Amino acid sequence: MKSEPSVLLETALEGACFETAGEASSKLKLVLQQIGVPSDIVRRIAIAAYEAEMNVIIHAARGVVKAAVYPNRTEITVEDQGPGIPDISLAMKEGYSTAPDYVREMGFGAGMGLPNMLRCSDNFKIETVIGQGTTIYMVFYHDKQEAKLG
Amino acid sequence: MAEYFHSVRLTAKHCKGCVNCIKRCPTEAIRIRGGKAQITEARCIDCGECIRRCPSHAKTAYTDCLADLARYKYNIALPAPALYAQFPPQVPVNCITTGLTKLGFDEVFEVAQGAEIVTLAIRDYLKRTDIKRPAISSACPAVVRMIQIKFPELIEHLVPIDAPVEVAGRVVRAERSRELGIDPEEMGLWFITPCPAKMTAVRQPLGSEKSNITGAIGISAIYGDLLKAVPDSADRCNSRRASWVGVGWAMAGGETSAVKLENSLIVHDIHSLNEVLEQVAMGKFEYVDYIEALACAGGCIGGPLTIENRFVAEQCMKRRLKDMRSEDADRGIVARQGYEEAELGAHERRAIEPRPIMRLDDDIFKAMYKVDLMEKTLNLLPGLDCGSCGSPNCKALAEDIAQGNASETDCIFKLRERVRDLAQEMVDIAQKLPPSFGNNKEKDN
Repeated sequence: MKSEPSVLLETALEGACFETAGEASSKLKLVLQQIGVPSDIVRRIAIAAYEAEMNVIIHAARGVVKAAVYPNRTEITVEDQGPGIPDISLAMKEGYSTAPDYVREMGFGAGMGLPNMLRCSDNFKIETVIGQGTTIYMVFYHDKQEAKLG
Repeated sequence: MAEYFHSVRLTAKHCKGCVNCIKRCPTEAIRIRGGKAQITEARCIDCGECIRRCPSHAKTAYTDCLADLARYKYNIALPAPALYAQFPPQVPVNCITTGLTKLGFDEVFEVAQGAEIVTLAIRDYLKRTDIKRPAISSACPAVVRMIQIKFPELIEHLVPIDAPVEVAGRVVRAERSRELGIDPEEMGLWFITPCPAKMTAVRQPLGSEKSNITGAIGISAIYGDLLKAVPDSADRCNSRRASWVGVGWAMAGGETSAVKLENSLIVHDIHSLNEVLEQVAMGKFEYVDYIEALACAGGCIGGPLTIENRFVAEQCMKRRLKDMRSEDADRGIVARQGYEEAELGAHERRAIEPRPIMRLDDDIFKAMYKVDLMEKTLNLLPGLDCGSCGSPNCKALAEDIAQGNASETDCIFKLRERVRDLAQEMVDIAQKLPPSFGNNKEKDN
């Protein structure tokens, strides 16, 4: 079976490590530009990846961002070992945030992370186990037409 | 016709092949090849950062010169307000402009007057609710080029209004040709500029097919002549027309003061600009109305073709503006209160195109292959970012290798490793003697 050409990127994330916050999504953005993914799609991917990365750093003990870039789409998986999400529909509401105070004082934790990810991606799936962690899957199509069909 | 025109040039005989310019170029456009700096034309945005950094003064800007005036019947000088900051505040603006007429220009029309019109146009533009926020100033061509290359998703944020010099050129050409009955094509309009990016923008306009300006003459090129030509007293000088509103544009923050913006972000210096644009792309400044963006630290008064130190120029400008604010009303100098759409030349505007030079190949499959190769190569490099290979850092060398423009042994550390490995092999081989050699180690002579 012929395998699809892809570029795979994996970056480990450390919880509460704000010094490097945003670097994983920044690196991903550069790779997408170098591959030649259209710039408006890159913008959406970069925003969604950044939000997912920040969630791990704010809430979890550790996590990993995995990106698989294929010719027609980019798939992002962000999994963490953390508290999990008790009420997903509540978490998806704009403005709802469980970020601790010190995080909000830094300017993060506005409660827009998950809604932003949903808005930016073409496919969005979230799985969580309380006390263990959360995994987010997102797919972004490089062609707007495919996004509507796919 | 060449595909690219760039004002920024190298004078090869002065170039030592050091790493200063390659390290500071914001688009990593420069490489050292054959011991000399080489600018990749597709990536250069003419910001002039390399001109500032070169310790050997090997980087210069090509601009037009006074001799070019001979080609035209009627020549108008359009001085950037940054010119006034090159002279101490005691020298009145009208003396400086009179000095210009002595250099061969028939007339001087201050770019600051164009800035007054653009100020009003920006104010009106920001009242609209259908525009992308934050709106980004498009007066600085290096900023526009940076966005085309590195942040094409932000092109729609750029304010679709011509830069002050273009508006000034359009207005004065139309007015004078009417008043004096001269064919507009026989008029030479010369921008006296602190900036190579503006020179490039005249030859390769952004956002329109043709520039309203004939050419650009660098301030540093005529400074010596102008110094001698500026009269001592203001007695026999032309009068000044532009108010503080337009003149203030020469400094970072001038646009914001002129337009009277409360919710604006002022960013200057090309590396700070890069940082800010990254945050804009992340949506962090959605609540900001306007970004006054300038490639040069301090604004245009810090341009590579200025003479005066930018801090001295800034104080000079502040003093001039303070005096102007109090004197203008008495002298009957009032900023423009209105404008006509025709002066903005909206019908001449063309869309600004993205320039995707970041991507490694037009073919996505090849690009993906190269990205992979680049990552693998990067892991083998020492990661010291020394610049000795001629690329600004190890990541850039990895990209150059993936593109077939460099090889691993360009890295002196890799080369040294190879020499060590080869030397080790030689020692190993030297120690291995074939069985037919006896124990007798003495050689017959």
